[in-house]
Amino acid sequence: MKILQHIGRIFLAFLATVGRLAPFMGSAAVHCVRPPFYPRTVLRHMVEIGYYSLPVVGLTAIFAGMVLALQSYTGFARFSAEGAIANVVVLSITRELGPVLAGLMVAGRIGASLAAEIGTMRVTEQIDALTTLSTNPMKYLVAPRIIAGLVMFPFLVLVADVIGVYGGYLVAVYKLGFNPANYLQRTYEFLQAEDVNSGLVKAAVFGVIVTLMGCYHGYHSKGGAQGVGKATTNAVVSAPILILSFDYILTEMFFAR
Amino acid sequence: MTDNQPKLRLRDVRKAFGPKVVLDGIDLDVGVGESLVVIGGSGSGKSVTIKCILGLLEADTGSIHVDGEEVVGIASRDRERINRKFGMLFQSAALFDSLAVWENVSFGLLAEKKVNRDQAKEIAASKLAQVGLSKEVGEFFPAELSGGMQKRVALARAIAADPEIIFFDEPTTGLDPIMADVINDLIVKITREVGATALSITHDMVSARKIADRIAMIYEGRIIWSGPTAEIDRSGNEHVDQFIHGRAEGPIKMAVRA
Repeated sequence: MKILQHIGRIFLAFLATVGRLAPFMGSAAVHCVRPPFYPRTVLRHMVEIGYYSLPVVGLTAIFAGMVLALQSYTGFARFSAEGAIANVVVLSITRELGPVLAGLMVAGRIGASLAAEIGTMRVTEQIDALTTLSTNPMKYLVAPRIIAGLVMFPFLVLVADVIGVYGGYLVAVYKLGFNPANYLQRTYEFLQAEDVNSGLVKAAVFGVIVTLMGCYHGYHSKGGAQGVGKATTNAVVSAPILILSFDYILTEMFFAR
Repeated sequence: MTDNQPKLRLRDVRKAFGPKVVLDGIDLDVGVGESLVVIGGSGSGKSVTIKCILGLLEADTGSIHVDGEEVVGIASRDRERINRKFGMLFQSAALFDSLAVWENVSFGLLAEKKVNRDQAKEIAASKLAQVGLSKEVGEFFPAELSGGMQKRVALARAIAADPEIIFFDEPTTGLDPIMADVINDLIVKITREVGATALSITHDMVSARKIADRIAMIYEGRIIWSGPTAEIDRSGNEHVDQFIHGRAEGPIKMAVRA
């Protein structure tokens, strides 16, 4: 009986969160398109989200590409299908691993930082101060970060795609002895615009998810340092779960026929 | 606005958080150019009263008029217009720690795009001078300043847009007595210079006596006494007497846990 009560409480808490998140999301969307805009703030967050995430995304992508090539080779060699490695690497990276790995890595870096920053502003009355200065906190704090996420995640994924494919190329050519020209040709032949585009759309959605979760949990934090810590944890946990859920939904939309 | 219309008028303002009633029918008037200080113990509803006026909290029932205009339940756009009349000094200063001091001071002007950054920097320098800080302080970040300096910067920010009404939330809390007196002097000087109406909340009686034209005492979510500052020692109210003399014995019982 107690287990059922516990499950019920978790379910009700989930519904309450969804109930709070929906108007927050709506308000954020409206403020993203309605002036006044804060281009300087948007630019600052674009640099923070895009430029400073490049090392972590690049490293993740190159190792993912290298491992993928190696694993594919050990598997495909059993069926004498080593030639398909280039196709597997490029399709996996562009469709799936690029956006998902970049999303997950940046969710940890940016989601935590947004939740901690906005959460600290909440508990130190800085958000109240914004309101008293006739500045809507949703417009000044949330909208620029979401716009920056929406724009910069696809850029990061594009970089991850290139670096990931290059990682696969390095292993295939220098470790497995593939012909460089043949490998690149097979990569190019099998890659279609839809593969890259679907990854970029996923990236844009993941960008909104990560920034929205960071902002939402930070904005609603309370109770001092402990509250900020809890908000940060919630942001870092919720964003990856949502990323993986939406990854499946978007994959269904793009490729399930 | 008529001549005898108060700048701020609160009538039967009530606010509860779940079962806890914090404001239980607040009635308060603040005249044009008047400096009213609301005193009261911790948890008596002082901060909630100010937050309801500023729109940071929505009153459950009752009426709050600013220059005769009802602000309870107004649309967010109208709220932004009303808030342009306000300046607010927060207890914790609440400076934006990602911005330099000068950007903090002129934040409201920059956000509304009333001035460009060069003009904003000049205005910030003049406001900093008003609170006794040099232009160079404008280049620092809030974390690099002492508590007293942060309060002064927050005061400069509160007056940057020449507000009609300035709110002071515990302006001297956390400051040493000398710095507290400096802040009190600045509040008196600046409200006179700007010609603003002031509503302060504090439990510091030295501060209250110095900055108030009139004092009101809040207890259990209601205003139980109000009158000119000079009359507070002859209020004839047991609660007020106990509070202003800081006595443990009296009608006000503090919840003390071992």
